[in-house]
Amino acid sequence: MGTIDDDAVFRALADANRRRLLDRLHRKNGQTLGELCEGLEMTRQAVAKHLKVLEQANLVSWQRRGREKLHFINPVPINAIAERWIRKFERRRLAALSALKNKLEGENR
Amino acid sequence: MTNKGSSFVYVTYIRTTPERLWSALTGKEFGQQYWRGASPEADWKLGGSWRLIRPDGQVNDIGEIVAFEPFKRLSIRWRNEFRPELKAEGWSLCTMEIEPVDEVVKLTLTHSIERESSKFIEAVSGGWPLILSNLKSLLETGSVGSGPMLCRG
Repeated sequence: MGTIDDDAVFRALADANRRRLLDRLHRKNGQTLGELCEGLEMTRQAVAKHLKVLEQANLVSWQRRGREKLHFINPVPINAIAERWIRKFERRRLAALSALKNKLEGENR
Repeated sequence: MTNKGSSFVYVTYIRTTPERLWSALTGKEFGQQYWRGASPEADWKLGGSWRLIRPDGQVNDIGEIVAFEPFKRLSIRWRNEFRPELKAEGWSLCTMEIEPVDEVVKLTLTHSIERESSKFIEAVSGGWPLILSNLKSLLETGSVGSGPMLCRG
């Protein structure tokens, strides 16, 4: 899975239908493919295809509940983008963290 | 609409090892860094108690460790203790699963409660993305950004 790939996240978000699916999951999390299709002017196959792209970009996670596959919005990659391109402009490093970095690197395998 | 209750499933991929990720999830020193202001304290074993402490020392959440499989799976039975309306919703379940995928480690975090339109789930679902981003950057680069604090004293 190409899941640590910012390109995949931006590509997935660059489609209005896929953003609409994310909006629907944001309103109601944990939906089946059937529920997600309700009221959309897209075929079930098209929705499934868009969901696959969103899953590969790690923007949608899923879980099995019995025979159903429930889809969930996964905002972690979006948060990472915000951290990288928005919040870093206000970033101030804390001295404690460099000490921690040294400790972590010391422990590294 | 067959699914009762409220839940979310967050996934992040971290360039680290299951062992380091596990120690970050179960260690106080790491916890204080990526929790951004709050601090987890626990008796890290099956059946052990777990608490999330605010910077002013007050208890934000309480819980019990109900699954403890080193490097694989950690589950906490979890209840808010700080906000009466969230405490009233009762117990939730938070599960963290660790799984190596190719060269990285997949962390799946599930948090659920047996209640529709839960305010508690709404509250924690807003907090977790930042915590997971912090955890990822802490493990991958050794530091977290200076994003907003989750809990203020």
